[in-house]
Amino acid sequence: MNEIHQEDAHRTIERVARESYGRLVAYLSVHTHDLASAEDALSNALVSALNHWPREGVPKNPEAWLLTAARHSLIDVIRHQKVVLESEPTIKFLTENSTETPWSTSTHFPDERLKLLFVCAHPAIDPAMHTPLMLQTALGLDAARIAQAFLIAPKTMGQRLFRAKTKIRGGGIPFEIPQEPDLPERLDAVLEAIYAAFGLGWDDMAGADQCGRDLAEEAMWLARVLLKLMPSEAEVQGLLALMLYCEARRPARWDAKGRYVPLSEQNPEKWLGSLIDEAERHLAKAFQHGRVGRFQLEAAIQSVHTERAHTGRTDWSAIVLFYEQLLKVSSALGTRAGYAAAVAEANGPEAGLAVLESIDAEAVAHYQPYWAVQAHLLRRLGKTREASDAYDRAIGLAEDPAVREFLIQKRG
Amino acid sequence: MQFALMIYHTPEEFEMRKNDYSHPHLGAWRGYYKALVEAKVYVSANALELPETGTTVRVKDGKRRVQDGPYADTKEQLAGFIILELPSVDAALEWAARCPGASIGAVEVRPLAPEAMQRGFTGE
Repeated sequence: MNEIHQEDAHRTIERVARESYGRLVAYLSVHTHDLASAEDALSNALVSALNHWPREGVPKNPEAWLLTAARHSLIDVIRHQKVVLESEPTIKFLTENSTETPWSTSTHFPDERLKLLFVCAHPAIDPAMHTPLMLQTALGLDAARIAQAFLIAPKTMGQRLFRAKTKIRGGGIPFEIPQEPDLPERLDAVLEAIYAAFGLGWDDMAGADQCGRDLAEEAMWLARVLLKLMPSEAEVQGLLALMLYCEARRPARWDAKGRYVPLSEQNPEKWLGSLIDEAERHLAKAFQHGRVGRFQLEAAIQSVHTERAHTGRTDWSAIVLFYEQLLKVSSALGTRAGYAAAVAEANGPEAGLAVLESIDAEAVAHYQPYWAVQAHLLRRLGKTREASDAYDRAIGLAEDPAVREFLIQKRG
Repeated sequence: MQFALMIYHTPEEFEMRKNDYSHPHLGAWRGYYKALVEAKVYVSANALELPETGTTVRVKDGKRRVQDGPYADTKEQLAGFIILELPSVDAALEWAARCPGASIGAVEVRPLAPEAMQRGFTGE
């Protein structure tokens, strides 16, 4: 064994694990409905690969090797469960497929990831668990990492994931792609879950919502997988475009000293042009389908914002129009606060405040961007004392220290 | 359900508190307090004096042992606590993340013991 060999093997394992994890888990669980066992089997296979590949060299088809190893491990796991009668058909399936292995020399085993994504976002599963389930089963993230992003104790996240998987195994949740007329709603749940991993509305007025922020890359990966599997779904393409627009602005979000920079004060030269171009292509294609939806509209709003890089100004009336379309399909707090901010830019602060006042007071008690927008608009109207009160609320609800500092500076 | 948010500060943070009552970070605490009250989750809160003002007492084998300083010999020391009324630990962790103390030191979230146990303690 030489060192190059070993490094090579580790790199390959890492790459295959990243690219194939979801495909393998999906394929291993599609008949058993047992996600936990499929994950265990795959992690055994990965450990085994770490033992064998550095010594024996990386197999010609690493994915097929992992699948074979995982399948053997899965048969052992199922046998150990001692539910012989119930598991017999499964074992039969696994062994039958292992004798006749058309994909042992190629990677052409069926891609069942779409079914897996629909299972993770099934209406019978607690919506709060849709994203964590996807991140774990389709990407292989561990519970501790997911727990960080969702601000839940790692042990609790582990238990919740376990419970969700138990429900999938025993609850008769089908591993299938939903058909019309259920498809739009079911697909929406999948898209919501992916977007939740990306981080919701973090470009609102100083509204850097923390949820899942460090999972942006994983969310984009999932969206790309989904687009590959459903290339003619406009909303899938809309979601990918939306995330690319936001991602393009990442380098402009903080200045050299780590201070938060709101969208309106960002230097467009710092935006990543290549990501914006890619986003524009996806959005244009999505619109061609003629089925406008929430994510395409949100992407369109971001598209207008990025035009500032060429025109030097923001077309707020266009943004207001897109928001009005968006409000017909989504009444999320972020949408309404964003609409208020856009209306204020287009028609003056009083108009923006009127929009804010129409939002239920109970709902915004925990919602920081609402207070940041309100403070900004009150300040513009010269209502200093009310503005300070609103800034205080926004400061108190801020989680990101950079955003908190920005608001404290604004408050003065 | 009530939760205690226990706020731990670094020595630097305590140092700042000692010298400067107009420091901008006080604005962060004021905002946080307002947000807690307006969200109707605030029960009570107290800040503690600096750790070096603490004295630790033990009675071992009938003998008193008195020691200067706080009980735990750690870098980060308890600086204060907030009691909140909340529906779940998830909500408590959210408020802990918003606490200015979380981005400069640490905030431990712990549920208060159930009332039955508290009654046993007070004898009422």
